[in-house]
Amino acid sequence: MSTETIPSTVAPAVHSRGNRKQARRNTLIGWTFILPNFLGFLAFTLIPVLAAFALSFMEWTSFTAPKWVGLANFQRMFASDSFWIALRNTVVYAIGHVPLTMALALLLAMLLNRKLKGIGFFRVAIFFPYITSLVAVAVVWNMLFSPDNGPINQFLQAVGIANPPGWTSSSDWALPAVIITSVWRDMGYYMVLYLAGLQAIPAELYEAAEVDGASAWQRFWNVTIPSLRPTTFFVVVMLTVSSFKVFDLIVVMTNGGPGRSTTVLSQLIYQEGIGEGKFGYSSAISLVLFLIVLTVTVLQFKIQQRRER
Amino acid sequence: MTNMAEDLKALETRNAAHSAGDGQASGAEDRRRTERRRSPREQKKRTTDLVIYAALAVLVVALMVPFIWMVSSSLKENNQVLTVPIQWIPTEFVWSNYTDIWTRIPMMGYLQNSLYLAVIITCLQVLTGSLAAYGFSKVRFPGRDVLFLAYIGTIAVPWQAYMVPQYIMMQNLGLTNSFNALILLQAFGAFGVFLMRQYYMTIPDELCEAARIDGLSEYGIWARVILPLSKPALASLALLTFVNTWNDYMGPFIYLTSNRLWTVQLGLRSFVGQFDAEYAMIMTGSVISVIPILAIFLIGQRYFIQGIATSGMKG
Repeated sequence: MSTETIPSTVAPAVHSRGNRKQARRNTLIGWTFILPNFLGFLAFTLIPVLAAFALSFMEWTSFTAPKWVGLANFQRMFASDSFWIALRNTVVYAIGHVPLTMALALLLAMLLNRKLKGIGFFRVAIFFPYITSLVAVAVVWNMLFSPDNGPINQFLQAVGIANPPGWTSSSDWALPAVIITSVWRDMGYYMVLYLAGLQAIPAELYEAAEVDGASAWQRFWNVTIPSLRPTTFFVVVMLTVSSFKVFDLIVVMTNGGPGRSTTVLSQLIYQEGIGEGKFGYSSAISLVLFLIVLTVTVLQFKIQQRRER
Repeated sequence: MTNMAEDLKALETRNAAHSAGDGQASGAEDRRRTERRRSPREQKKRTTDLVIYAALAVLVVALMVPFIWMVSSSLKENNQVLTVPIQWIPTEFVWSNYTDIWTRIPMMGYLQNSLYLAVIITCLQVLTGSLAAYGFSKVRFPGRDVLFLAYIGTIAVPWQAYMVPQYIMMQNLGLTNSFNALILLQAFGAFGVFLMRQYYMTIPDELCEAARIDGLSEYGIWARVILPLSKPALASLALLTFVNTWNDYMGPFIYLTSNRLWTVQLGLRSFVGQFDAEYAMIMTGSVISVIPILAIFLIGQRYFIQGIATSGMKG
């Protein structure tokens, strides 16, 4: 950021005073622009964020006054079953959701990265699930997954699977059902990101590879994949972070059940904090969620940097 | 259809400069037209095109099955929804589902509530977001960049991590179970400021400098120079905010307890919970909740895809 240009003809003394006056004026003007948004941002985002950090070291419920308890919330959390179950479910969800969405998004982007009349229609159709309301998506998929006579199980039986899974009614298959739904919903979004990445690859690279006699597969591995590295980095970060934050899809589709088989961290925060009014304890879980998200981002950023070097 | 073709061009040339983009796309169109006259090679290209179209059509239909099933089921009797084998086309179209739903649940009220929230939040977000973005990108003053870092920093914090303090705050303000809670929480998001600022940074400072020399105040520059130039970004932000608010489930779920305040999403979810065997009516409600989004998306798809691709984020 360069500083304001000052007319060189102005004498130094005058110019420094004028400069200070100008700076004060700019500060005032700048703040009037920012203020309407900043007031709301400060009160309803920034302060709650800072409060969440502080609260995680306090004992505070809807019935008691806040009290500083140090790490007691964390000790309780690490000793609690539900925390570990929620953490495990969240991690399993991420392990399923991230690679599947990424692979399908890339595949779709490569199929749709050609100049054909009307290809925009296909792209738009595949993108649409991403902006469809989650409730509608969850409701439809719940019915598609219906254990008896649901279309998915009818299809599985038709291809020879005699005992198709019970999906959302089975504690083993509920999480896979949620993962399938979320992959379907999100892949259009990441396809758009990959399309942008593919279109930035210069055509000469492919032509040169072809002249050298590279097969389509070799071109994919040696031209497409390396050229897409920045896009892939971005996609992995976004996908991992969004996987750890998964919340509404779970609440609407399975509400954590059957049993606790699909309870995730966000939901645990909600249940403990808003449901049961344990403000301090739920904030400790929040802090863990935040630290996971932060670690993932920083770690992937570091890996990316090392690769570039 | 023409809309979609245009969108394709917009996406394809997004990396090029705005004005050059349009020219390039229509240039490609012209070239394709002249190619059509060369017949033998063209013939071969056409066959491969047809194969690709067929493959893509199969793929898209497969991916659209949930939507097809949703619409088809919404036009059936309840006992016709989960049949063996699947009926893709209802034997008898039960259009009455679409007239009955309005009396079965207060659907009109839900739609009005969703619309009210989405419009208010979108207007506030676009207005305050673009004002703040101007402050962050075109006015220089001490502390500005630190402040912007605070904005960016909170984008990295998952919303779920601070929903409890927000809730405590709203409870103390006595705003739970009111639209005001949602408006206050969602209208001043850092996301809008970030998206608009990214766009304003691409507008050359010389334009503002020239307007300053012409005697326009900073507010005048914002209103008469920057706003008209940033229509695409404003459209992106408005559409994304509207759709996010319309689709939001967790916000209304946490804050709105009385039925008369419920949004479409909450109303639909509660309908599913109460009458889980009314398969057809549930699908009818789902279709109705999606139609406004479909309409908005078809009108403004280019801004959606651009907004999402440039900011790489959803609200």
